[in-house]
Amino acid sequence: MSQYIIRRLLQMIPTLIGISIIVFAISQMVPGDYITATQNPNMTAERAEQLRSLYGLDKPPVQQYFIWAKNMLVGNLGDSFQHKMPVTEVINTYVWNSFIIAFVTLILSWTIAALVGVFSAQFQYSFFDKVVTLLVFLLMSLPSFFIGLLAIKYFALDMKLFPTAGMTTAGLNASGFDYIKDVAKHMILPVAVMTTLQIGGLTRYFRTGMLEVIRQDYIRTARAKGLKERTVIFKHAFRNALLPAITLLGFELPGLFGGAMILERVFAWPGIGQIYLASLNLRDYPLMLGFTMFLAVLTLLGNLISDILYGVADPRIRLK
Amino acid sequence: MSESVVTTEKKPQAGKGEPLLQVENLKKYFPITGGVFQRRVGDVKAVDGVSFTINRGESFGLVGESGCGKSTIGRTLLRLNDKTDGKVTFNGQDLHSLSKSEMRDMRTKMQIVFQDPFSSLNPRIKVGEAIGEALVDHGLVSRRDVKQRVIETMKICGLAEYHYDRFPHEFSGGQRQRIGIARALIMNPEFIVADEPVSALDVSIQAQIINLMSDLQSEKQLTYLFISHDLSVVEHLCNRVGVMYLGTMMEMAPTDELFSNPLHPYTKALMSAIPVPDPTVKRERIVLQGDIPSPANPPSGCKFHTRCPMASDICKQQVPEYRDMGNEHFVACHFA
Repeated sequence: MSQYIIRRLLQMIPTLIGISIIVFAISQMVPGDYITATQNPNMTAERAEQLRSLYGLDKPPVQQYFIWAKNMLVGNLGDSFQHKMPVTEVINTYVWNSFIIAFVTLILSWTIAALVGVFSAQFQYSFFDKVVTLLVFLLMSLPSFFIGLLAIKYFALDMKLFPTAGMTTAGLNASGFDYIKDVAKHMILPVAVMTTLQIGGLTRYFRTGMLEVIRQDYIRTARAKGLKERTVIFKHAFRNALLPAITLLGFELPGLFGGAMILERVFAWPGIGQIYLASLNLRDYPLMLGFTMFLAVLTLLGNLISDILYGVADPRIRLK
Repeated sequence: MSESVVTTEKKPQAGKGEPLLQVENLKKYFPITGGVFQRRVGDVKAVDGVSFTINRGESFGLVGESGCGKSTIGRTLLRLNDKTDGKVTFNGQDLHSLSKSEMRDMRTKMQIVFQDPFSSLNPRIKVGEAIGEALVDHGLVSRRDVKQRVIETMKICGLAEYHYDRFPHEFSGGQRQRIGIARALIMNPEFIVADEPVSALDVSIQAQIINLMSDLQSEKQLTYLFISHDLSVVEHLCNRVGVMYLGTMMEMAPTDELFSNPLHPYTKALMSAIPVPDPTVKRERIVLQGDIPSPANPPSGCKFHTRCPMASDICKQQVPEYRDMGNEHFVACHFA
């Protein structure tokens, strides 16, 4: 097993090199650079040239790539132009804000989707199943900004149940438990909206998985044994239906740290998604490239983790 | 097949015990839906009015071509399917009128061994647990003692103790079928439906499994409903045999009587297809023409008339009566 993991990690190296080249090439193709993107009206051509050479933007692209790649090897992603501090520090500051929302959303959406999916499959074509199917497609087709703004309008402005935006109450100087409580209150709406949007696809996924398993012969065997229906569904069917979901879970790893660009904007949540979007707009190359590479590594790791989990969960699979 | 299955076991005498299972006019139709609104446009008449009785301690064989409804009978009388009509009485209780929890308790007394030993075992559950879990679930044995019981049963079925912690994919087909039998047997059932338990196995393994089942029967006084399309297996193992065609019982008789004196032309055709392990013996084979008709739209009159070498006009018009010919021999044919 450890040999397998080491081999997989080694295989990631060429992949990452390829990704870095492609990502860098794309960034070079984007018109403009940080200097033009800031649109400072007082900027003279001379000053602009000075700044370009200061940031190293005047060097040939190939040279720029190798400087960037060499620094990356020692864990240095460079300094963000816009934030005037190391990219790793920028990511570390904002990524956890995104993570808490994404993590709570992940747990909620998977739990709800699994339960709803299992019951829809167990009672396929029942009234419950049809209502769920309708709701799922309705939710899947709603744009996130629309449902986000709608939630703010009704629950924050009209009913005043939750704060409208932000992560903490402005001017609040709380610490410890009070601080956690304040953040939790601000989290409710964005988490609810994100969960709503994610449940849709997942529910269908679990329903399909369960339907496939429920038709298997060994489920009939379990019923013939006279097991309780609960045991049949959860022990025999659900555990097998979870197998394909493991792959999906691996892909959630970059999502946990990737932030939500649109919804973080809507809820003014200080997450990495917003910061990333701004770095694209401002051509803040070090941050943009650094965070993209960070997501690439997470995607590959997520893949590896799901393969390992698959081997753990399914006794028929031996990882070699 | 017929040569390889030779044991010294003597079949228990037929028809001696009191009735354990009575099936009366059992029907199982599967709806065919069609059109935009998925309306019911017809039925697949998988089982169409079958009656028989199985006595305690005997083996009742059910034979017929693929798709004739044998397996559906097995599943329907264990209530793994719902019935469409008819009555199944087990130990004097009408099974299809029991509540879900009563039926669950009843399942401890009636078990089934499935045809496909590969797909009928959950790939993610260890064999020992799969065999013992129903005991625990029914509260028959405490969690502490269950392992001992499982290992005892596994040994009876020719499996070793170290197999307990293995997963199904680590076993061969024959071993898997032994697991299936152990799983059924551990409940200490009175009645076992064996739904083509050997048809997925190699011939050499078939004999072992058949002998195991026949040994278990004499040790544990089991009652079998043995579903098969292999007549020589049925001849070896069963006291009485029913021959099915297209969801209907065509002929039923004690094994010796049926094999020495088949009355229905369909039975005769089946018998003539049994291979004889002697190349010098020349036998006239009755080869049936055509395919088995669709059970959604069975032929009128006698369902067999489309393929019957003896068919005449009456067969197309009148459903033959299922008559008692004496010697517990029943047949549904106008010419018998």
